[in-house]
Amino acid sequence: MKLEFTLNGHAASWDGPPVARLAAALRDDLGLTGTKIGCDAGDCGACTVLLDGRQVCSCLVAMGQVSGRSVETVEGLESGPDAMAALQQSFLDHGAAQCGICTPGMLMAAQELVRRNSKPTRAEVEDSLGGVLCRCTGYGKIVDAVMDVVAPAPAAAPLAGEAIGSRIVRVDGPAKVTGRDLFGADAIPADALWIRVVRSPHARARFELGDLEPLRQRLTAVLTAADVPFNGYGIYPDIKDQPVLADGQVRYRGEAVVALVGERAEVMAIRDDEVPITWMPEPPLFGVDAAMAEGAPLVQADRPGNLLLKGGVKRGDPAAAFKACAALAEGTFETAFVEHAYVEPEAGWARRVGDRIEIHATTQTPYMDRDEIANLMRLKPEAVRVVPTACGGGFGGKLDLSVQPLIAIAAWTLGRPVALVYTRPESMAASTKRHPARVKARFGCDADGKLLACDVTALFDTGAYASWGPTVANRVPVHAMGPYAIPNVRTWGEAFFTNGPPAGAFRGFGVPQAAIAHEAMLDELADKLGIDRLEFRYRNALRAGDTTATGQTLAHSAGLSQCLDALRPHWRKAHEEIAAFNATGGSHRRGIGIGCMWYGIGNTSMSNPSRMRVGLSPAGTLTLYSGALDIGQGSNTIMVQIAADAVGLPASRFALVTGDTDLTADAGKTSASRQTFVSGKAAEKAGQDLRQQILRLANAGPDALLSLEGATLSVRDGAEVRTIDLATAGPLMGEGTFDPPTTPLDADGQGVPYATYAFAAQLAEVEVDIELGTVKVLRIVAAHDVGRAINPTLVEGQIQGGVAQGLGLALMEEYLPGRTENLHDYLIPTVGDVPEIECLLIEDREPLGPSGAKGIGEPALVPTAPAILGAVHHATGVRVHRVPLLPHRLREAIVALKGKPQ
Amino acid sequence: MVLAGGTDFYPARVGRSVTEDILDIAGIAALRGISETDAGWRLGATTTWSELIEAPLPPLFDGLKRAAREVGGRQIQNAGTIAGNICNASPAADGVPALLALESEVELARRDGVRRIPLSAFITGVRKTELQPGELVVALHVPRPGHDARSAFLKLGARRYLVISIAMASTVVEVEHGRVAAARVAVGACSPVAQRLPALEQALTGAPFDARLGERVAASHLAPLSPIDDVRGSAGYRSDAALVLLRRLLSTVAA
Repeated sequence: MKLEFTLNGHAASWDGPPVARLAAALRDDLGLTGTKIGCDAGDCGACTVLLDGRQVCSCLVAMGQVSGRSVETVEGLESGPDAMAALQQSFLDHGAAQCGICTPGMLMAAQELVRRNSKPTRAEVEDSLGGVLCRCTGYGKIVDAVMDVVAPAPAAAPLAGEAIGSRIVRVDGPAKVTGRDLFGADAIPADALWIRVVRSPHARARFELGDLEPLRQRLTAVLTAADVPFNGYGIYPDIKDQPVLADGQVRYRGEAVVALVGERAEVMAIRDDEVPITWMPEPPLFGVDAAMAEGAPLVQADRPGNLLLKGGVKRGDPAAAFKACAALAEGTFETAFVEHAYVEPEAGWARRVGDRIEIHATTQTPYMDRDEIANLMRLKPEAVRVVPTACGGGFGGKLDLSVQPLIAIAAWTLGRPVALVYTRPESMAASTKRHPARVKARFGCDADGKLLACDVTALFDTGAYASWGPTVANRVPVHAMGPYAIPNVRTWGEAFFTNGPPAGAFRGFGVPQAAIAHEAMLDELADKLGIDRLEFRYRNALRAGDTTATGQTLAHSAGLSQCLDALRPHWRKAHEEIAAFNATGGSHRRGIGIGCMWYGIGNTSMSNPSRMRVGLSPAGTLTLYSGALDIGQGSNTIMVQIAADAVGLPASRFALVTGDTDLTADAGKTSASRQTFVSGKAAEKAGQDLRQQILRLANAGPDALLSLEGATLSVRDGAEVRTIDLATAGPLMGEGTFDPPTTPLDADGQGVPYATYAFAAQLAEVEVDIELGTVKVLRIVAAHDVGRAINPTLVEGQIQGGVAQGLGLALMEEYLPGRTENLHDYLIPTVGDVPEIECLLIEDREPLGPSGAKGIGEPALVPTAPAILGAVHHATGVRVHRVPLLPHRLREAIVALKGKPQ
Repeated sequence: MVLAGGTDFYPARVGRSVTEDILDIAGIAALRGISETDAGWRLGATTTWSELIEAPLPPLFDGLKRAAREVGGRQIQNAGTIAGNICNASPAADGVPALLALESEVELARRDGVRRIPLSAFITGVRKTELQPGELVVALHVPRPGHDARSAFLKLGARRYLVISIAMASTVVEVEHGRVAAARVAVGACSPVAQRLPALEQALTGAPFDARLGERVAASHLAPLSPIDDVRGSAGYRSDAALVLLRRLLSTVAA
């Protein structure tokens, strides 16, 4: 059906089936990929556009209904080239866009409001944005941006040498607020073939494929395990246990079995039951108890006892020390599978270029992808080029391969571009999850509240394949005693295979689960001794000069006590307010809690180098070549800030080339909160290297001032100015490499696992509806020792986003295969669930880091759930042993504790 | 298959092509909008939740308007229709308890005539209705109450926006001389189809219309409910929560 309508103020026409979705028509037929698709089900709001001025999910609008009406998309907000709408400018200035995938939807939802009401209240903004999910920001800066739309607060444009510490806008921000940034599904060639993956409906089964020839007649290709040259991948060089396509056996629901390749409409039209697969289901193993049971069937035949890994840390004599303790606390704490729920589902496309394969996909780790694809395809790494697209959120979930192997194999074999975009249910079923943990903890202290001993055992459900399981099982024992000086420690971690989804990397690598346990122990000991919970932690906080349980002496930058000092006034004031509120009685009670954490930056006792380059071309273009991938956290911007100050030229002069494995050097993966510390240090060194070359050319001293005009570089050294003509002197290239100094851990876990640690303390105020068991988080104050905040706006954004994910972990998120494979049964916090979050930045400089900086990505999340759960205990007396604390679980615990009031 | 707001139609078709025949009724003006008659109000089938929220309606509709604000997010309220909510027949349909408390009737049209049946008879089970082949819901009719009426709605979910109800309750209370002349109360998400609570309605009738109205709710009034365990809550919790919601609802409506 041909129809006419108005699109961003201009007449438009479209031809196609009237039942086609508006979102698809905009993106695929009208070329407007600023509108994003996150779920195709109205659950996420990423595709929000205005229809006759009202916000709608364009994935739910039939094109037949658009006829004669007006559609407005993010592309229509700008009034002309480089003329952003006030709302876009406000988003940019406030740092309201992180990964940017929800940004167009947020902007359009906000536009409906601000067009009618340019000075909306917070409640009005929340009501308007309630239907758009953001997984990065924690919403605070978005709400501020909308409320401040008529009173913009322009961001800084620092001079040479002043970039570090300034709140410059994201260098990739304009692309994100205009919808021009290109994510995994945004630039697929029109002639690409498409893949649809047929996945296992069973958690454990054997299967046989029937005659695929009829399907092959209908399609371009049907790929099975036999088409994968080396059918095993995995994070660790010695554990390639996950097949690209299952070979006769599946180990989790959602595992890929067959890939259908053909024209997009053709592959989408084929139903799973048209693919001849004979399933022979077997009873699945769920949970660590089943996996550990005597005689349990093996998930992987060569893994006796279903054990992936075990190990721990031992120091002093905990058994003897417990006997000397004046107070003891014990408890067991359980967590669930948690889904990353990035708003961008996995997506990408590949093409063969001669004897090389080129992959354009959303990822957190281009270089690992390159090497893994080479291994799977039996190619040399040089034959693989990875060109990362913008990444619409990762949080650890895009560290594992997703679409890359199938698009690469199909494109290589067929000689045509091949694309694959996961649906939301597919993304949730197929991708990795946070490890469910059972953490058994015992802590003891003397009568003065000085911790003497702890014993922590953490069992992890690593799901069907190893993925990042070893990383979690290694990292947790190092952190499980919490950020405290404890002389006698035993910590232990074990990870077991089950038929759950592969548990992998998720912001914190198991430390958030362990923190729930150690912080509950600290609260209990403090309560037993009648010591204030904050002061109890202050007494025991690790400080510079202390030795950790792995025998590492912290020389510098251990700022927990400063974080607690910063929280103390808020803590005391809140106690008074809460006592006054609770004195009024009623069905609602308030409480306050505190959570502390420490977090080792970078890989655990393993080399993880980064290499960065800064180039100055003969034309005078200054370029940072960065292999560090920005997945929304802001590394693109801070790498430029660091490099700019190291060179001594303004950040605004920098061009950026990022991620492409042909054009950058390996800066490792975006994980373990390592980019600021590790890649940032490499960027600093690269900038310094370029500066040294310039100073040598000018024969100038170290304090010389640089300025760049076209191809002319001026070097002012005291009163003397020398000029360098780059057209003849260039190109210049500075290079820097950094690998944080660590040592291996011995059998007792002794050694230097990390070069530096981040520290933090957060407080949470909650209101519990005693009768319904619901928890409303009223406020979070987050104090983080980040070493040095390279860009305070971005640091705050990381903290607020991490807090929102910690809130979800504590109160609502639980992935159940087959039952919560969408974003209406699997709940993540909305704008109405995340409270005001106040950020207190503590800067206890780390001499190894760039300008003293450490990391913030994962530390932001770790203390939040413990603080919320401590607040729930304060309000109700219920010690929470299982998260998420769904309303019915809390209500049942309240009844169990106090009896049922009638 | 009939298509209107699309808010249930498309989510049921994620990642697959639409192959069935579709009748899109969104463009039919006669099916849209709210009008008042001597007998009461006619809510056109494709009236959206936002149109309802913005319509000038008496306090009788406050509960339904509150429910409308709790349907999905603003985008869903701008697209989703009243008839779609009842035809989808989800046990957790946010509009249904309020429409039951309003004693709504469903007007069904087919080629050779129209019929009206009470909403309570229209939804027959989980995703099941009385809709016959060839029939279309064209409107809901809300009768004019005999007295001044107030109404309210409460929803319990595990997050603030975009959330499927764990339990919800709605009421319409008719008031005469400071006393309850008639009351209608319905609870959703605690049975395959949202249920009226006749014993409670009877217990309320004649009671003083004040903030203590909620105290008249007894656990035995919840007998028509049959809650289940699911990912959002346990059956026992739902029963308890329904009781709490009802007490608060009735205290609120009379406050």
